[in-house]
Amino acid sequence: MTRQSVAKAHEKIQELSWEPAYHEPVSQYGTDYTFSKAKKKDPLKQVLRSYFPMEEEKDHRVYGAQDGAIRGNMFRQVQPRWMEWQKLFLSIIPLPEISAARAMPLLFRTVPNPELHNGQAIQMIDEVRHSTIQQNLKRLYMNNYIDPAGFNSSLRNFQNDYAGTIGRQFAEGFITGDAITAASVYLTIVAETAFTNTLFVAMPGEAAANGDYLLPTVFHSVQSDESRHISNGYATLLMALSDESNHQLLERDLRYAWWNNHCVVDAAIGTFIEYGTKDRRKDRESYAEMWRRWIYDDYYRSYLVPLEKYGLTIPHDLVEESWNRIWNKGYVHEVAQFFATGWIANYWRIDPMTDEDFEWFEHKYPGWYDKYGAWWENYNRLSVPNGHKPIAFEDVDYVYPHRCWTCMVPCLIRQDMVMDEVDGQWRTYCSEGCHWTDAVAFRDTYEGRQTPNMGKLTGAREWETLYHNWNFADIVKDMGYVRDDGETLVAQPHLDLDPKKMWTLDHLRRCPPFPSPNVSLNEMTDSERQAFHSDYVRQGPAGRPAPAE
Amino acid sequence: MTATQEPVPTQTERSVPKPVFTDAEAGAREFPDSNLRRFNYFIPRKRKQSHYEDVTVEVQPDPRHYLSQGWLYGFADGKGGYPLEWTVLKAWGSDRPEPKRYPGSGGQGYEWPAHGWHEFRDPNEEWEQSIYRNNSNVVRQLNQNVDAARQSKAFDQWNPNWVQFVAQHVGAWMHVDHGLGLYLFANANRRGPTNMHNTAISVNSMHRIRSAQDLALYNLTLSEEIAEFDGEAHLRTWQEDPAWQGVRGVAEQLTSTWDWAEALFAANVVFEPLVGELFRSNLVQQAAPGNGDFVTPTLIGAAEYDYAERDLRYTKALFQPLVADKEFAEHNTRTMQSWLEAWVPRCLAAARTLQPLWSQPDAKPPRFEDALDRAKSRFGGILAELGLRNPKELNQ
Ligand SMILES: [Fe+2]
Ligand SMILES: [Fe+2]
Repeated sequence: MTRQSVAKAHEKIQELSWEPAYHEPVSQYGTDYTFSKAKKKDPLKQVLRSYFPMEEEKDHRVYGAQDGAIRGNMFRQVQPRWMEWQKLFLSIIPLPEISAARAMPLLFRTVPNPELHNGQAIQMIDEVRHSTIQQNLKRLYMNNYIDPAGFNSSLRNFQNDYAGTIGRQFAEGFITGDAITAASVYLTIVAETAFTNTLFVAMPGEAAANGDYLLPTVFHSVQSDESRHISNGYATLLMALSDESNHQLLERDLRYAWWNNHCVVDAAIGTFIEYGTKDRRKDRESYAEMWRRWIYDDYYRSYLVPLEKYGLTIPHDLVEESWNRIWNKGYVHEVAQFFATGWIANYWRIDPMTDEDFEWFEHKYPGWYDKYGAWWENYNRLSVPNGHKPIAFEDVDYVYPHRCWTCMVPCLIRQDMVMDEVDGQWRTYCSEGCHWTDAVAFRDTYEGRQTPNMGKLTGAREWETLYHNWNFADIVKDMGYVRDDGETLVAQPHLDLDPKKMWTLDHLRRCPPFPSPNVSLNEMTDSERQAFHSDYVRQGPAGRPAPAE
Repeated sequence: MTATQEPVPTQTERSVPKPVFTDAEAGAREFPDSNLRRFNYFIPRKRKQSHYEDVTVEVQPDPRHYLSQGWLYGFADGKGGYPLEWTVLKAWGSDRPEPKRYPGSGGQGYEWPAHGWHEFRDPNEEWEQSIYRNNSNVVRQLNQNVDAARQSKAFDQWNPNWVQFVAQHVGAWMHVDHGLGLYLFANANRRGPTNMHNTAISVNSMHRIRSAQDLALYNLTLSEEIAEFDGEAHLRTWQEDPAWQGVRGVAEQLTSTWDWAEALFAANVVFEPLVGELFRSNLVQQAAPGNGDFVTPTLIGAAEYDYAERDLRYTKALFQPLVADKEFAEHNTRTMQSWLEAWVPRCLAAARTLQPLWSQPDAKPPRFEDALDRAKSRFGGILAELGLRNPKELNQ
């Protein structure tokens, strides 16, 4: 068998599928897209008898590197600043991976071309690979890095913390709602084709610069499967495009998927790369520079724009606005500042920024220091408990933000905040794009057209609601973010592991109760709400209160 | 912003900073949690948590225990995640409502695991390393066997009508593997309530799809090696041969089953022993050697091993606890007995329509009735292990 050509082998396995004569396979997922049954080419041309050994070979390299890293005591040279953010990242990412596996069957009946199903099944098992290989990496970190707290409680934290919730969209969005919106547009066409570059190429580069060469080994191995998944997505996209009645839905879904991915992925990965690194050489690319290259040039200009020749309107405005948010509106900096403000709700430690960091930020993002410098100096000043409260409860010129109902990242670019009553509830949104996603896109009609298969935004989307008026010591206990002495917090606003310098539940007891912004918003009178809104949009940057009028 | 302010990306490879000693290795100092080096959010099956558990348990969250904000995205009916009602079977705790969230509710759900579904562990402990190691071993072994056979001209030893038998009937089975692999097993990897269920099911799916491809590529080799071998006969046999229409009908019906647990049960507990093993172990494996064929049994044997030693093993571990469930044993047993009443006659009918195959090879395998009896008694043994009764339909 080994001498058979790949092409011949691949052609042969096309004989496997058949037209049912007695019973149709079960149809469990709906779509408002229409596909015609036409002969298609399997874009993958992958046969399992070469696939399995190929992946096994890749595994040998990964596990060999892991053995080597432990023997060579890699962790003596790993930057804790970087490793701490891995507690967040690696708590999130195994779920998106496994969700991609679970998403594949959504396409079986909705895209009636059996030639594509072989590739989808291989993607399914690829994703099982990715999820478990990443869990395994986290386990290795837990066992070998100095501070296992946050790794050891990883998947519980991921499920009950606001930060996990933000990341979870990049998983639940793959497996629910309109099957094509979810498993094709959101997952393969946007998340995998656009954003895996920042996840699986930019992140590993930064890891290596921080002394960790295992993350690159694992994630490059993961990324090498990705081009096949991108081909899966593209094949489905071309089929959808061939029916003109799908264009309206494709345009809707590209807008939603693009904007949500930007909100979520750029918030997280941008923060890891800019604030989780110790590498401050001026020649290292900033996240903005990487984004410009991989997402703007490689994805937007080389992949999305050419789709216009099929008559599709692509979301130029949203791509430009994403860039505008990253480059001019400080999106990543605002998010990092929020994560650090809210360190008490985290399950990792955040290192204060130093003069060297300031200098790098100013070099890469001119004007950074004027906006964020003073706040980070305060963060540093307040990092070791010394009679004061955590920074969220101290006066540092920062207004605790409201959360975006759609992407659940707070409304940090204050002037862009949108407030609206939707489904009988007053909600805040970080942007027009997120408001549109909730109020317009995730509905059962779209521009007058019936869209009965479109998904729904669900859940207790504002994390703070659950803890309305609680004391933070009780919140942290409720989430389980306390170390094994029953007192010391998992999260810390510094990296010093001297127990005398670490924050405990007692320190939090002295803080006032913590009201939910959204509950408070809904308790306001109309005029109070209007006043709140006009004040909020005059706040910032860096969370500063609105100037006196 | 002006264009000149935009960062100009540099394509040059960055220099990597010099290593610095950070002393960030385990054990470098003592502090709260410094020795807590195990995942602490689940209770392991055995005293010590296994590597398999560490990489699979809790990856798929559950609003009944830790997932405090609930599912964030739903289908049009508002249901998100992995609804327990996607099967009629129930594990203890299934009927308790999802914990309510409201202002000030806190994040607590039920104590872990919240319901019995989370207690399932795949006894094969499948995760990435085992998946690729096992399947690569199979692939390598089959490649070697087929190459060796080709070099030693082993195919020349086959009886002429055995050539036809392999082309038609061994070939036809590839469609069963493919159809179930994709539309039953891969499909069900979206439907189970926990990550352990869905991961085990996806591995099962790959066994079947790989086996389908093994048979297809073997078929291709035989077309190249044996002049009289008709590489397209399997298509006509599968689509037109009356002997196969029973199997085809029941395979299609399996993929049309809505309830994932019923589909899995019907496929692995009923169809595979009564039809799959009947065909593989009690026909092909018995008839091949007498007809000069020592190669086909290695392919069929690989599929048989996957089923008997792995897929059936996790299937039993999945259903057994439900039969003995502390809250729903009766409900589950009744449900599974009713599935047996529905699927046993279908599978037996499919098995019987295969009977003409037994008389086709020159060197005959043991009698069909004996083969079927063996399959039935194997099936009865599986039911006994699960704590289920032989349905009366088995005696028909
Ligand atoms: Fe992946
Ligand atoms: Fe948003």
